[in-house]
Amino acid sequence: MQHLLSVENLKIHFPVHGGVFKRQIGAVRAVDDVSLTIAPGETLGLVGESGCGKSTLGKAIVRLYQPNAGRISFQGEDITKASQSKIRPLRREMQMIFQDPSESLNARHSVRSILEEPFLIHGIGTKEERNIWVAELLDRVGLPSSSVDKYSFEFSGGQRQRIGIARAIALKPKLIVCDEPVSALDVSVQSQVLNLMLELQQEMGLAYLFIAHDLAVVKHISDRVAVMYLGKIVELADADSLYRNPRHAYTKALLSAIPVADPAAKKERILLEGDVPSPINPPRGSAFGHRMKHPLYEQTIDKELPLTEIATGHFVAADPCCLSAEDYALVS
Amino acid sequence: MSEILLEVRKLITAFDTDNGLLRAVDQVSFDVAKGKTLGIVGESGCGKSVTAMSLVKLLPQPAGRILEGEVLFKGKDLVATSPEDMRKIRGNEIGVIFQEPMTALNPCHRIGKQLSECFLLHKGLNKKEAWEASIEMLKLVRIPAPEQRIGDYPHQLSGGMRQRIVIALALACRPDLIIADEPTTALDVTVQAQILDLIKEQQQKLGTSMILITHDLGVIAETCDEVVVMYGGRVVERAPVLEIFHNPRHAYTKGLLASMPHMDTPRKTMLPVIPGMVASLQNFVYGCRFCQRMKREGSMLRERPIYKEISPLHWVEACPHCTEGI
Repeated sequence: MQHLLSVENLKIHFPVHGGVFKRQIGAVRAVDDVSLTIAPGETLGLVGESGCGKSTLGKAIVRLYQPNAGRISFQGEDITKASQSKIRPLRREMQMIFQDPSESLNARHSVRSILEEPFLIHGIGTKEERNIWVAELLDRVGLPSSSVDKYSFEFSGGQRQRIGIARAIALKPKLIVCDEPVSALDVSVQSQVLNLMLELQQEMGLAYLFIAHDLAVVKHISDRVAVMYLGKIVELADADSLYRNPRHAYTKALLSAIPVADPAAKKERILLEGDVPSPINPPRGSAFGHRMKHPLYEQTIDKELPLTEIATGHFVAADPCCLSAEDYALVS
Repeated sequence: MSEILLEVRKLITAFDTDNGLLRAVDQVSFDVAKGKTLGIVGESGCGKSVTAMSLVKLLPQPAGRILEGEVLFKGKDLVATSPEDMRKIRGNEIGVIFQEPMTALNPCHRIGKQLSECFLLHKGLNKKEAWEASIEMLKLVRIPAPEQRIGDYPHQLSGGMRQRIVIALALACRPDLIIADEPTTALDVTVQAQILDLIKEQQQKLGTSMILITHDLGVIAETCDEVVVMYGGRVVERAPVLEIFHNPRHAYTKGLLASMPHMDTPRKTMLPVIPGMVASLQNFVYGCRFCQRMKREGSMLRERPIYKEISPLHWVEACPHCTEGI
């Protein structure tokens, strides 16, 4: 299968400056050796706690951040070091939807100029054609055609997110990186926007990288799901098998922490102690093993914990602290 | 039925705006029993936070005011209580946990000072005793190394730790009632689980009642005994938690429950939606506000729907369209 996007061993480190002379004293390892692929028309969900590097990864894929190491290829072409002039045509194929539509839409621009801008930047169409396209886009995302001359602040949160989606699909991209697209929305509006995203995916064959912290939403929209912890992917699998049969201790804890909307449901909760460690000075061994103070932590210090296939299409970090003994035997 | 701690009767809170006096809370009634948790759920702008802030009279001034209604706390009407007396009740008998742990704490003071303040003001302890009591509180909310942490400023703590401090502040004087306004919304799921467990545990230990405001039905299901569903400034349904989830009667409650993706809904299928969106405060009709959202112009109830008890402890706003068969 031809990958639409493939990311290999990507690292993004942000320098930390300090001292009297503001020299670099360290680095935030926001994304640390991450590899993943996305097929055309597929949704890859990316979950994790805040600060785990999921947004940084998303932004690096659309080249808003420059990676320190690793390789990003899009449609078979290496774009890791592509210059700005080479990136521009690529942006037609790769778009982004942001979390807070009130901040990602320019309040001084009308809806028409927001939606027209992608066509202008890429020099597509005449004025009349662009007017028709803008009207079509509004219709497609379910906004009345009378909204073209309004400003973004005149809309509710859900409608603004629809404008953000219309802008992202304007140039008929192949991949959209969605960074928490529904987390700022109310429950009833959230389901409207999710449905719209599913419809658009079916119609246009879009692929999504769907970044979110709401695991139920991610499960609903994704084909495969990757779980990130402290800059690394710890588990990646088909959505159904990840949720039904999580192997990594962190995934298990994350899933058990979701409140279930059924007061009669009885469940075992795995309570995690403490917080995510700082990515400036991460533990030398298994990051999650360190948080759990696992007895086998010593064994993982300075060791590679590679993502290994444990069952068909189900990858998990080969970490003795976070896998059951049987599972660890399978991957080691 | 256990003893009632707080009774809210036909509370109306309004804001003075350029468009006139707008009622953000329109005749809301509910009770909170001793040692129990009441959840208030609804979408943004439904009036859930304004309801909570009206109870402790922390409305934005001078725009917000309570027009009518009673808030009976241990038999005393808080609406008629003077600001001086309210200050003695707030933080002492009623604790408040706010959503944003960063803005609820003063960034210029060490957390020890902020915690001791409760004891100095309400319990008449001296500085040393208050400081020791504060360390006890930090232990209670399971802050590691409390003797060192007590000298920290809020920015030195993580989001989860800060929220623990805010909980410690709310619990400090062993209040009878805690009002928690979206206490875990800004936190990650794993930290949310820790915080909810902590609140529940303390509540059981101290026998405190709680009003929990959230938009997350999962949180409601796991922590509450009784639920109030608000829409457009009114209570559309109120019932014990099992009844709300297993036998919802109002179309809005049903819609909310259906529109959430569950772990067992088939993947990549269309979710049921509530069409339209919440009208703005100034455009709300007098009649059934959910009918207004569903655009049932012709047949819409012009009169205000009657709030009635359809089975023991199960109240709904009865509208011929939204609550069929009532």
